[in-house]
Amino acid sequence: MADEKQTPTTPNLDELERGPWPSFVREIKKAAEKSPMSRGLLGVLERSYTDKIGHWKHGGIVGVRGYGGGVIGRYSDLPEEFPEVAHFHTIRVNQPAGWFYTSDALRSICDLWERRGSGLTNLHGSTGDIILLGTRTEELEPTFSELTQAGFDLGGSGSDIRTPSCCVGPARCEWACYDTLNLTYDLTMHYQDEIHRPAFPYKFKIKAAGCPNDCVASIARADLSIIGTWRGPIQVDQAAVKAYTKNGIDIQADVVDRCPSKCMAWDGKALTIANEWCVKCMHCINVMTKALRPGPERGAAILVGAKAPIVQGAMLSSVLVPFMKLEPPYTALKDLVGKMLELWAEEGKSRERIGEFIQRVGLGNFLEAIGMEPRPEMVAHPRENPYVFYEEYLEEEPAEAKA
Amino acid sequence: MGTVVLGGKELELDEDGFIQAPELWDEEVAKGLARNEEGIQEMTEEHWKVVKYLRSYYLEYKIAPMIRKLCKETGFNLKKIYELFPSGPAKGACKVAGLPKPTGCV
Repeated sequence: MADEKQTPTTPNLDELERGPWPSFVREIKKAAEKSPMSRGLLGVLERSYTDKIGHWKHGGIVGVRGYGGGVIGRYSDLPEEFPEVAHFHTIRVNQPAGWFYTSDALRSICDLWERRGSGLTNLHGSTGDIILLGTRTEELEPTFSELTQAGFDLGGSGSDIRTPSCCVGPARCEWACYDTLNLTYDLTMHYQDEIHRPAFPYKFKIKAAGCPNDCVASIARADLSIIGTWRGPIQVDQAAVKAYTKNGIDIQADVVDRCPSKCMAWDGKALTIANEWCVKCMHCINVMTKALRPGPERGAAILVGAKAPIVQGAMLSSVLVPFMKLEPPYTALKDLVGKMLELWAEEGKSRERIGEFIQRVGLGNFLEAIGMEPRPEMVAHPRENPYVFYEEYLEEEPAEAKA
Repeated sequence: MGTVVLGGKELELDEDGFIQAPELWDEEVAKGLARNEEGIQEMTEEHWKVVKYLRSYYLEYKIAPMIRKLCKETGFNLKKIYELFPSGPAKGACKVAGLPKPTGCV
């Protein structure tokens, strides 16, 4: 490739470098010193800001042999003007659970990508994968083969199970109510076929959070949100609670008054918790890490249906199973997911996420089809029960039928 | 992008090797696309079963069938379809069947 070309002037993009925060423009410029492809990217991006239109064609379809997912095709619609970025495909690489790497592993990926692609990476995208940005079609197979030799595999893209992802879990965090890393690895291996060969109406994302803090935001982003929780009382060390008062924590104002379900009381000597009212918001535990911890009987709540707004508006996941023990080989979870996938794959419309599907057919019908009994914990919003039909809804129906 | 001559017809291909005029498709074109674009040297009975189903579905509904339907109707599981068409049902089989490029979402 022609290396002597100068970095293009980019008055519009330069504006995005201003301010103290990180800037993707600064990073692309850095890469452009070495990579003609990144230089081309600067050029086409500047052009997009001038023309006020994106210059990528939608949806090229490229991939590697044997896989239907993992590569996202991008072609420029100005290939003559910007030949360096005529192809600019993205590769998704399955990240290790919890994003733990050795520096050698990171180096091998970066070196490979400077040889095979633009050198630009995104660790990590909201999918959780290692994102390798920008390469040509003929580089895909050799890149895939080198990645495989380095111990990596491609992740999901398109209408498949996307690369499962999780928080750091018990590797770094004492609140983890189950082993998120092990579960994620296990599910990744169990669903290899479904990750690499798209066969569903649309994407299906699985995210595993170790506790209700939900550091991977699974409740907002994953079709299947697995959120750690516990049964029984929060474990309290009263002496440690007292110690917090000496260190400037006002337990009444900072902890008790902020409890959303008002389930705790503090008399200056002991903290009492009405555990049956606890909504597992984690606030008290987050404030007094040494004094409080989740109860000893731990597992996870299984929620279903979150999505970002594309075809329809954004949705949060809602509870399907309030508590499930999660221990290898995770048979109960896999059985449940299998039933849901089977139903949705069979009955879902094209581009319909499972949350939208449940909304369309109704939760009652969905539960019946997967063989589950309705339970009061299956709430879409706190303090709201989807099984209660208020009279005004019932009265509206005949009126609509007449019209 | 470019043009190729297959089965005596000059055909325009897009950057992913899909023919731009699906109505010009015939079996000779399919063989040529399979060989040149997909590295499939010989179209077997099983290849034709997939291609012909895709073709007939497309002519009836003007879109490609969902993958699950393709598996059911041909009796091949998805792995088998990837064995027949290593770049997959959308990129491989639809291309050989002369369907317009599926607009899959990333």
